Amino acid sequence: MAVETRERPAAPAPRPSGAGARAGRERPSGGFELWAWLFMRISGIVLLFLAVGHVLIMHVLDEGIDRVNFDFVAVRWDDVFWQTWDWVMLSLALVHGINGLRVVVQDYVRPAGARFAVNMVFYTLGFILFALGTIVVFTFDASKWAGAV
Amino acid sequence: MAKRKSDVGTLYKGSPGQWSWIAHRITGVAIVLFLFVHIVDTAVVGWGPEAYDRVESVYQNWFVRLLELGLVAAVVYHALNGVKIMLFDFWPSTTRHMKGLSLATTGLFLVAMVPITWIIGKATLELVGWL
Repeated sequence: MAVETRERPAAPAPRPSGAGARAGRERPSGGFELWAWLFMRISGIVLLFLAVGHVLIMHVLDEGIDRVNFDFVAVRWDDVFWQTWDWVMLSLALVHGINGLRVVVQDYVRPAGARFAVNMVFYTLGFILFALGTIVVFTFDASKWAGAV
Repeated sequence: MAKRKSDVGTLYKGSPGQWSWIAHRITGVAIVLFLFVHIVDTAVVGWGPEAYDRVESVYQNWFVRLLELGLVAAVVYHALNGVKIMLFDFWPSTTRHMKGLSLATTGLFLVAMVPITWIIGKATLELVGWL
């Protein structure tokens, strides 16, 4: 990413506060940060259903985690519906989570070199986990162990 | 800043927005760290039933069950608070009711956690043989 020095636009007039003021929170004014801001919200809405649903199905409803085992996964991933659910959730959760980490890192890791390094660790990890998860969701074939179960 | 007389002897309690901002951050980081591990443990399914069921057996431990309850709580909180954030961001006029909506979010979270805690708590007590 290019580092450029440019004239800062004049600071906007401070918003009036208190009753009657135009309410609202700050939001990025444009560019990558605005897209990231928008992505967090849109993926958040989708994850509201996918991730909360996943957690309730796996950990709360109908005996929860006690019924989750190899056979349970074998039945689920035999169904394109659950494969799609899990893959979309995997993709959105990773990007949502790693972008969240980027925002947190921005606040707590000040030196530019260290910040870059920490972010690169998360991006690399995210890429590897995305590849791993994608391969597992779409290539898993329980019939390979048909005799063993 | 000089202390006002009314500040003396009072505890700084912050504002609801400040606490939910911290909670959103902590739950978010906790969830993504779990996600990293969870993708790997799920991938073990590709090594067959023996390997996967062995990994899955970590849940046969009361402390892991408490962590499980914490994970569910973190996801539910992050989701509900996320809805609150979107409400404020997409309909800015709602920020006038920030305090009430923060209370409502917290209330909804606590109400949701009652049956969840009951269900996971019961499973945990059964696991250690107290129930």
